[in-house]
Amino acid sequence: MTATTAATNGYKWVGTRPVRHDGLDKVTGRARFGADLALPGMLTGAVLRSPHAHARIVSIDVSAAERMDGVKAVVTGADLPELESEAGSGGEAEVNFRDLSRNVMARDKVLYAGHPVAAVAAVTRQEATAAAEAIRVEYEVLPHVLTVDEAMAPGAPLLHDDLFTKGAEPPAEEPSNIASRYFYEHGDKEAGFAGAEVVVEREFTTKAVHQGYIEPHAVVADTGEDGRSTVWCSSQGHFAVRSMTAKVIGWEPSRIKVIPAEIGGGFGGKTTIYLEPLAVLLSQRAGRPVKLVMSREEVFTATGPTSGTRIRVKAAAARDGKLTAATAWLAYEAGAFPGSPVGPGGMCVFAPYEIPNVRVEGWDVVTNTPKVAAYRAPGAPMASFAAETVLDEIARELEMDPIDLRLANAVAEGAQSTYGPKIRVVGCRETLQAIKDHPHYRAPLQPGQGRGVATGFWFNIGGDSSATVHVNEDGTASVMTGSPDIGGSRASQALMAAEELGIDVGLIRPSVADTESVGYTDMTGGSRVAFATGMAVVEACRKVVAELRSRAAKMWGAEPEEVEWVDGSAQHVSGAQPPLTLAELAGVSSRTGGPVTASAALNARGAGAAYSTQLCDVEVDRETGAVKVLRYTTAQDAGRAIHPSYVEGQMQGGVAQGIGWALNEEYIFDRSGRMENPGFLDYRMPVASDLPMIDTVVVEVPNPRHPYGVRGVGEVGIVPPLAAVANAVFDATGRRFRDLPMSPPRVLAALDEAGAVGAMGA
Amino acid sequence: MARVFLASGLRDFTGGATEVEVDAPTVRELIAGLDEKFPGLGERLSSGTAVAIDGEIMNDADYLPVPPQAEVHFLPPLSGG
Repeated sequence: MTATTAATNGYKWVGTRPVRHDGLDKVTGRARFGADLALPGMLTGAVLRSPHAHARIVSIDVSAAERMDGVKAVVTGADLPELESEAGSGGEAEVNFRDLSRNVMARDKVLYAGHPVAAVAAVTRQEATAAAEAIRVEYEVLPHVLTVDEAMAPGAPLLHDDLFTKGAEPPAEEPSNIASRYFYEHGDKEAGFAGAEVVVEREFTTKAVHQGYIEPHAVVADTGEDGRSTVWCSSQGHFAVRSMTAKVIGWEPSRIKVIPAEIGGGFGGKTTIYLEPLAVLLSQRAGRPVKLVMSREEVFTATGPTSGTRIRVKAAAARDGKLTAATAWLAYEAGAFPGSPVGPGGMCVFAPYEIPNVRVEGWDVVTNTPKVAAYRAPGAPMASFAAETVLDEIARELEMDPIDLRLANAVAEGAQSTYGPKIRVVGCRETLQAIKDHPHYRAPLQPGQGRGVATGFWFNIGGDSSATVHVNEDGTASVMTGSPDIGGSRASQALMAAEELGIDVGLIRPSVADTESVGYTDMTGGSRVAFATGMAVVEACRKVVAELRSRAAKMWGAEPEEVEWVDGSAQHVSGAQPPLTLAELAGVSSRTGGPVTASAALNARGAGAAYSTQLCDVEVDRETGAVKVLRYTTAQDAGRAIHPSYVEGQMQGGVAQGIGWALNEEYIFDRSGRMENPGFLDYRMPVASDLPMIDTVVVEVPNPRHPYGVRGVGEVGIVPPLAAVANAVFDATGRRFRDLPMSPPRVLAALDEAGAVGAMGA
Repeated sequence: MARVFLASGLRDFTGGATEVEVDAPTVRELIAGLDEKFPGLGERLSSGTAVAIDGEIMNDADYLPVPPQAEVHFLPPLSGG
């Protein structure tokens, strides 16, 4: 079931593949990213960061720095207001503003190596860096914890004296590093295990990995004498940047205008703030614009990776492959402040399947590492790695085809999910069948090669979106939204607008508007933009069409009900009038009532869940332990692929990141808690030469709650690769790898330990 | 009457009950009805939770209608990357 095209889906534009509207600027280098802006008189900032993983700040002396040449402003934690521990909306996600503020700038303690302690603005970058280094900070170094194992151990050093486990049973009476407990169960797990043919219980670990966006965090702030600030930055949500920055510095949000720069990747990591409040305050103090740009090392050591984890999964099946019970225990590193994605991890761990007896328990654990940030389907890949590896073992025990095992249990409409609610219209089975039917599934393997399969789930979300559509006098239409374009969303919004207005997609001018030029819009995250912002665009376009019909009716002396909108023209139902095109109506709009424009704002309901099934072939180098991915096929339910190229791009991107997570990526710390590999040479992400062309199968099971059937496509692609690769490595070597990454030294050691080198043949 | 399913972490409020019936036209009134039956539960549900009505999961759902025979679940809030 590959993606339909406009020729077969009944649409003229939806399902086609035009060149993206922002493509030329991006390939010619004209597009302006966060660090590209320069303003007259602009200063450069630098941030002083903690060298310690955990320490009490005894004193900070900025006097020497303030006296240095070129230095115009210095800020420390003392310059930020103290906030109550208060959960609030920071976009589409809940944020504890006290924690957010203390992550932007440390107060009494530093909680990870890289934690900001002070910031400086100076005329040159060299002066700013020298001044930051001249700030004297006296620390009392404290013992630290870097993993969930260390943080949960009895007597572990505490990050926060006031942290009591939420949801603990019985209620926590002593502080600990465990911030909260997620718990869900239904059915009778003991009965489910007792009657099973096969029971498999295994333990898994994964390491913290970074989102790895190419563009470092960057911001320019220009704060005027009127007490208002204009902020340019790349982010996944400039409205959220505005609200979070305002909260952290104690301003009303309306004092800040955020202009979105182009964004060079985010993958969830740019859904929060780091530099923005510091830039605004430095600019306010200096009376000049201030730019702050992170180095790659700062990106690694001070911005959110996703959690390292320890997970135990137990699952059981009957002789026919029907799953009878499953349990999961998950502990996720949150980093310095509570808020790991263990909740969604727990909800996703068994989500592709209908299982009558389930128990899931999760723990959110603080550690002396950077506060984690969202990363593509947050929490799901690690959980899925554990569950899908156990399923692979069950299939082998039962001597069942691994896809048949999954098909025997896959959810469909009306099933009870393993996280509670009933399943709505989904394409889980369809993705499994698409892989089973693919020629790749039957292609022969050579000796020493192996094949693995895995399925994954992600919820997708809706949320607040706004759009404004202007009809221009030359017959073009401007479509403005508040959604930063990370994955080709301008093109998808333009295609939906073209479909609604009935004009060529090349006549649509999509843009991402600033916080004062379009209505509030949640972040680009949760795979929500084509779905939610798309709904706003469609609604705004329909208002425009209604107005154009009304204008034509006025010109013809008819009633609006007598006018239809067909293929970009107003047509009288009687055929008595020659059609009026959008361009003709736009050209006379001043005489018929003024400019034609319309806006829509909504909280989009009915996001359709996403499923992906993936197939991986690998070969393991028995001399080096290197795993080479030979062939990879991914099938994913897109609901409706508005622009198939960008759907495929999202699918391939998720797979590429998941392969990196499986094979090489990890945060490595020294004994003092400092990251040892904060650069792309030592933090090994896949590059193009590491990967084969990733074959895509776009499955379309339309979401009935979207005008074109859209489901989000941005995230679920990263969920299955960890297990798909691990299952393939087992198939190739006979060794199960339950600790990621499967980097060459680990694979080689495991093969040597098992004597597998000889067994695989020379 | 809507059927409200309560995850294990909420059962302290309900004396162990896992499913209760509430007659309320909107989510906000449903939460108020739950709070009337189980004091303290309303505050717990009013922030930091998503609600699923007949399988459709939503944040910020206070004023959404609850059909008479709806199946309602409260879940951790959802966001994404």
